[in-house]
Amino acid sequence: MSQETIIQSQGGAVVTPAIHHEEDHGHHHHEEGFVSKYIFSQDHKTISKQFLITGITWAIIGGLFSVFFRLQLGYPDSTFPWLESILGRWAEGGKIKPEFYYALVTMHGTVLVFFVLTAGLSGTFSNLLIPLQIGARDMASPLLNMLSYWFFFLAGIIMLSSLFIQTGPFSGGWVAYPPLSALGEASPGSKLGADLWISSMAMFVVSSLLGGLNYIATVLNMRTKGMTMTRLPLTIWAFFFTAVLGVLSFPVLFSGFILLLFDRHLGTSFYLSDIYLQSTQTALPNEGGSAILYQHLFWFLGHPEVYIILLPAMGMASEILATNSRKPIFGYMAMVGSLFAITVLAFLVWAHHMFVTGLNPFLGAFFVLLTLLIAVPSAIKVFNWLTTLWRGNIRFTPAMMFAIGFVSLFISGGLTGIFLGNSALDIHLHDTYFVVAHFHIVMGVASFFGMFAGVYHWFPKMFGRYLNNTLGYIHFWGTLVCAYIIFWPMHYEGLAGMPRRYYDFSIWESFKQFGGLNEVITIASILSFALQLLFVFNFFYSIFKGRKLDTKNPWNSTTLEWTTPINAGHGNWPGEIPEVHRWAYDYGKDGVDFIPQTQPVGAEESKGH
Amino acid sequence: MIFLVIFQIAKASEYVSVLRGEKKAREQANKINGFLMLAFLVFGLAGAWYCNELLAKETLFPQGSASIEGEEIDNMFMWTLLFTGLVFLATQIALFWFAFRYQEKEGRKTVFFAHSNKLEAIWTIIPAIVLTVLVVMGLRHWFKITGDPPKDSMVVEITGQQFGWTYRYPGDDGILGKKNYKLINGGENNPLGQDWQDAANYDDVLPTNMYLVTGKPVKLVINSKDVIHDVGLPHFRLKMDAVPGIPTTLWFTPKWTTEEMRKRLNKPEFEYEIVCDQLCGASHYSMRGIIKVVTQEEYDAELAKLKPNYFAAFPDKDPSTKKEVTPVADAPEAAKTTVALVENKMAVKPTL
Repeated sequence: MSQETIIQSQGGAVVTPAIHHEEDHGHHHHEEGFVSKYIFSQDHKTISKQFLITGITWAIIGGLFSVFFRLQLGYPDSTFPWLESILGRWAEGGKIKPEFYYALVTMHGTVLVFFVLTAGLSGTFSNLLIPLQIGARDMASPLLNMLSYWFFFLAGIIMLSSLFIQTGPFSGGWVAYPPLSALGEASPGSKLGADLWISSMAMFVVSSLLGGLNYIATVLNMRTKGMTMTRLPLTIWAFFFTAVLGVLSFPVLFSGFILLLFDRHLGTSFYLSDIYLQSTQTALPNEGGSAILYQHLFWFLGHPEVYIILLPAMGMASEILATNSRKPIFGYMAMVGSLFAITVLAFLVWAHHMFVTGLNPFLGAFFVLLTLLIAVPSAIKVFNWLTTLWRGNIRFTPAMMFAIGFVSLFISGGLTGIFLGNSALDIHLHDTYFVVAHFHIVMGVASFFGMFAGVYHWFPKMFGRYLNNTLGYIHFWGTLVCAYIIFWPMHYEGLAGMPRRYYDFSIWESFKQFGGLNEVITIASILSFALQLLFVFNFFYSIFKGRKLDTKNPWNSTTLEWTTPINAGHGNWPGEIPEVHRWAYDYGKDGVDFIPQTQPVGAEESKGH
Repeated sequence: MIFLVIFQIAKASEYVSVLRGEKKAREQANKINGFLMLAFLVFGLAGAWYCNELLAKETLFPQGSASIEGEEIDNMFMWTLLFTGLVFLATQIALFWFAFRYQEKEGRKTVFFAHSNKLEAIWTIIPAIVLTVLVVMGLRHWFKITGDPPKDSMVVEITGQQFGWTYRYPGDDGILGKKNYKLINGGENNPLGQDWQDAANYDDVLPTNMYLVTGKPVKLVINSKDVIHDVGLPHFRLKMDAVPGIPTTLWFTPKWTTEEMRKRLNKPEFEYEIVCDQLCGASHYSMRGIIKVVTQEEYDAELAKLKPNYFAAFPDKDPSTKKEVTPVADAPEAAKTTVALVENKMAVKPTL
């Protein structure tokens, strides 16, 4: 694979460096225009920034949607005239219409799960860190990498356009179950909005596949000399397994969407049978289809998807916890093993989302067993993180705070999964706020904390500057407190039987008593959103005005990414790529604060770890 | 307004940290954050306790499960809560305590402790055992709930649609008549598409609410006319999806009549509500169904009041309407002819 080894200095002028020859590539230097350097860049570091900034943009949009629908939930009897100025006919009289409420909820889920926590998380950090931490000049295919970003961008454009159409954006939930998602007559949001949603998601799947294949190929083939698989930092293992999860499961989702499109427009009956539409008073001709088939196809991705979201956060947390405790990550091989176990098991638990669909009970039992089994490697990871902290010398950088917060949230959210994974309990808890609490804590907030930890930790690598610490601490403490205030009480609402995806509870004797609590949750969510805007300000401001780095290795970390120059150019290392002699976690070995991976093993060093 | 304030605080804090100098700023920050870790632990646990004080009584646990089968679900919940609660406390306390206790200190020596097979084995095996126990408990009950209902169960059919529920009782023959969605015709009083060729349909009734008998197991046959809905029964701890084209079932035994619940909870407006538990469109939140659990006598009385839907579809089949056209005994010849004509019409087989 041909790779560029041209370095451009910060001033932008082309400098002729000592060119390093690698196997078989041509060398040449050229000036890159603005378009090929910044827009259609094939440099993994630039692409990672593109993913991050696009991800941040979508996070603001998705978060804003949740503020809107929380206004309805917290203040169901109020009107907000200013809402009408923003949302127009969707909030006539200052109250969000039910159809639009469901569109907001759908878009919130779709945007945050896919655009922010998949593309924005994996896309950013796999791209940034894989070449830098394994010792490669760039990805295996910089071209496909560039395409992976632009397909994501295209997916975003299509999704954005769906917000402005006459019949409204798709409103059938981020899971898009047919027949609701298949029949335009069942809901206005299932008209054009659904087609745009499906098309956007199809582009997104392409983007993810391109990225994932690249990450796998790069990790397997392009490690520098001495970088054996067991010397890889845990971040790389995490990104690697994440990519495997995606490559094997996204195509199934894609097939589910194709069949849905066929049912919508070509008169097929994959998911449709025995349907009489009230709105048009007609019986549809479709017979023999199974709506549950879609659910199997969807959740076959849907479950691995949550691990696609979680694993990068876990990998980065491991890295950041070790670095800032000045201790090796405890149980490296167990951590790798548990990532592997989670990856394998992730493919075998999908129907725990379907316990109440009427599936064969024996099948259900099989999924209960595997679901509770997946709790074991997750538990191992938590215990290992705790042991990493034990008797460390902990530096509270904002990144470290978010990594610690990640562990706390993962514990809280993960444990409630044990309730839900037990099918008999799930019968009671399915589709209640207990589930909403569970997945927001364990996936939404925890992975967001992992993402923030990554941003605060590697921002210096990306931009040669630091993010402001004080703002970081405020961001951390504020968000942690708000997140628990928002989602902890929701468990109780779920245990009262309060269903999810309800616009209003006033006609229900059984759960109209939570008005006060819903208001508190809404206020906390608005506050939390404001704190995220504070972070966004910090992010963009610091790109230009942040305190500059005066050292290549601000965190005194052992890993390879910190051995490149500050603001490294194309090709990352001027001259030869460093050789690796040890694993990534020699912190505090033989009393030495840290030993970089590039340092050869000394004669007096103690053996092994 | 608020944003302006935040921005000002942000700018100010920036300058402060620059002025302080890096090392001192870092020490100070570490101390504060270390303390906050501990404070968060204490206030967090206190908050969780307080939240429980406020909200536990709003859940369904205090009132108990309104179905016999749901009791085991509540029981399992408590066992799971016990185990997960212990883990929760142990790990969260360890996390925030370690963060506080081992914060950066001048001269602190770390311990290079990279692995321990013994520890790994312990915290792999113990969770595995605990989870196995929970799985076994759970599956025993899962198979019971999803298994066959008792032989003496009554059968009730519930059909969901956008946006409401229709209930059908099998009548004296105990058999629900066949349905075909292509026969659905609201205008002809056939909302479920009952196939009038099937005689079992003739005595099926469609009440406005669902009536169940306390102490008597009921098997619900669940259908949908359009999209996926879900028959959610929080008080009974059960739910099951309503899928068009794929009938599902759910069975349970109610313990308390609606009246008894009203007294127990001191809530005169209490109803057993059916909640739609699967997003089904813009009015998903308004699909409220009501279950009236009553005594056997009350149930018999209620159902006796109902006329089979067959008569609503074919008013001329209704014996009570037939009585209305029966003339007085000494009516003139014309009346006798009328009677004959009517009787002829009655003899005609119903057409679809």
